[in-house]
Amino acid sequence: MIRGRQPRTLFDKVWEAHLIPVQDGGDQNLLWIDRHFVHEGSFHAFGKIRDRGAKVARPDLTFGIADHYVPTRGRRDGIADVAIRRMVEQLEENTRANDVYLFGLNDPRQGIVHVVGPEQGLTLPGLTVVCGDSHTSTHGAFGAIAFGIGASEVAHVLMTQTLWQRKPKRMRVVVEGATAPGVGAKDIALSIIARIGSDGAQGHAIEYAGSTIRALSMEGRLTLCNLSIECGARCGMVAPDATTFDYLRGRPFAPSGAAFERAVEDWLALPSDPDAVFDHEVTLSGSEIVPIVTWGTSPSDALPITEHIPGPAGTSDPAKASHIREALDYMGLQPGQKLSDVRIDRVFIGSCTNSRIEDLRAAAAVLAGRTARVPGLVSPGSSQVKQQAEAEGLDRIFKTAGLEWGDSGCSMCVGINGDVVPPGERCASTTNRNFKGRQGPGARTHLMSPAMVAAAAVNGHLTDVRILMEGRL
Amino acid sequence: MEPFHRLRAVACPLSLSSIDTDQLLPARFMKRTRAEGYGPVLLHDMRFDNDGRPLADFPLNQPEHGGAQVIVARRNFGCGSSREAAVYALVDYGIRCVIAPSFGDIFASNSVNNGLLPARVSDVDAEGLLADLTHGPSILTVDLEAKLIETERRRVSFDIAPAWRAKLLNGWDDIDLTLSHREAITAFIHDDTARRPWARPHLPASKDPTT
Repeated sequence: MIRGRQPRTLFDKVWEAHLIPVQDGGDQNLLWIDRHFVHEGSFHAFGKIRDRGAKVARPDLTFGIADHYVPTRGRRDGIADVAIRRMVEQLEENTRANDVYLFGLNDPRQGIVHVVGPEQGLTLPGLTVVCGDSHTSTHGAFGAIAFGIGASEVAHVLMTQTLWQRKPKRMRVVVEGATAPGVGAKDIALSIIARIGSDGAQGHAIEYAGSTIRALSMEGRLTLCNLSIECGARCGMVAPDATTFDYLRGRPFAPSGAAFERAVEDWLALPSDPDAVFDHEVTLSGSEIVPIVTWGTSPSDALPITEHIPGPAGTSDPAKASHIREALDYMGLQPGQKLSDVRIDRVFIGSCTNSRIEDLRAAAAVLAGRTARVPGLVSPGSSQVKQQAEAEGLDRIFKTAGLEWGDSGCSMCVGINGDVVPPGERCASTTNRNFKGRQGPGARTHLMSPAMVAAAAVNGHLTDVRILMEGRL
Repeated sequence: MEPFHRLRAVACPLSLSSIDTDQLLPARFMKRTRAEGYGPVLLHDMRFDNDGRPLADFPLNQPEHGGAQVIVARRNFGCGSSREAAVYALVDYGIRCVIAPSFGDIFASNSVNNGLLPARVSDVDAEGLLADLTHGPSILTVDLEAKLIETERRRVSFDIAPAWRAKLLNGWDDIDLTLSHREAITAFIHDDTARRPWARPHLPASKDPTT
């Protein structure tokens, strides 16, 4: 540390390393961007730079990934829907015209951008990472500043490899203590969101800290940081440590050999200084976290599976009461109903939140030797995750249980590739948003961990996975 | 971009919190080009029934809110997905200002990039404005110079980040401003390459790992 310098947070250190010194920004800073991921939805931005007669300034730092519109079934036969096919083709054309590296539909490394970036070693500690997708916060799991941006900003990064940003405040979320068996990163994340609310971290960069977080695998940290946006945070971060370095060593796009060791030296200096000050602190006890599900239409409408559905009468805040009324009406639920009595019509395991190998293993551990009472789709987060899961025999467990084993993509999380939950149906889902109509018009979504989705599949209603795991843990 | 100074216009109250970008612009419409226009699909699943008929009790469909250029809502407006098409839908419909106690960060940024003013007011003032518009005339004035909103019954101040206010007042475009800093950016790249040699991606020798 430079003598006399104020103690700094992880966020401050990464932020300051990316500041381009300019005078006239006012409350906005000009930031250098290390990695820019583009996908099918980036067509507006490519159109904007084309209109200006410009090309991508730094194709070497820009990576295209087909994920939002790709089919999860029969992709070798091409895409039947013309409008959807056009979205994938446009990405191919735009990346080719700008010399941008593409993980296209049939690339053996294709997958969801927030799964592939880390998996390929493109995401590293200390980087700034942006993408026209709000769940870009995922990449913060490595100690990177990673956040979602809109099309105008995507165009700005394509043309300049920089971005104007106001420095967010810093929030530290500390979770201490061992979690109980059956409790995963998703339960930790939903507990945090339920605590601070869906806009509780607006304008803030979150750093997740404490022994519970340190004990998480990279997969778990990715799930946790992924959901940062659901409490409104600009980004979420975990300080890099041995878990991070072990994950990265040998990844294709990561530095290798001496270059890697040199990088680790720099990365070891990134964690927050011991006396660094945060604008807000939130503390949770890991041992008190239990399997959790959402009942409403906001990710903050989350409760332990052992609870009952709340009603508008339980709050004196008129806005909150009206939200509960609206949410229950849409979800077709009654106040006071036991959460574990809520019957479901289907399940979905996938999305940038919970589709990594560890997620699939957790779901398979519950489903092994059992049959699902409802139909469902399992979509691995990348083609590499799919390959690994098949090598471990997980695909057979899902198929034997009666679930469909698909290809990777955003799939039923956002429903724009054609994988939708039919109107009025209730889906237990490992995804990130239970917004009205998110999984398709009229679809009713309950968010939970992969193990909890598997438990719901086995019983046909929301279920405390701990009961099904007795004797299996 | 058209500069924003002062606007006196029809305002529509939407007494809901967390109107997310999936509501503003359902994902299935994201394939549209901007030339086709997003206005007709703004808040589609709240405005229309399953057969595409306007729902009479939805505020935007009520005659007194016809031609609305302002929306007043509860907290956390525009949370969720980063889709800028949610802002295109508002702008193409004719909305120039949204007033709420808080906004999704990405939505607010997208708004400013499209000349749409996200005006942040207190929870109490938002409730007051919603009441005024529900019980009184559906019209208000937004003054960005003075950061004030006025209805027949009240005058309240609003917040907006200084750089965003300047951008909206002047109709500035970020890219031109950034390109004027080309020298500073080049100098940064030079220093940074020495400081963080590991930050550049290590491109595998072959694009196809199977060859």
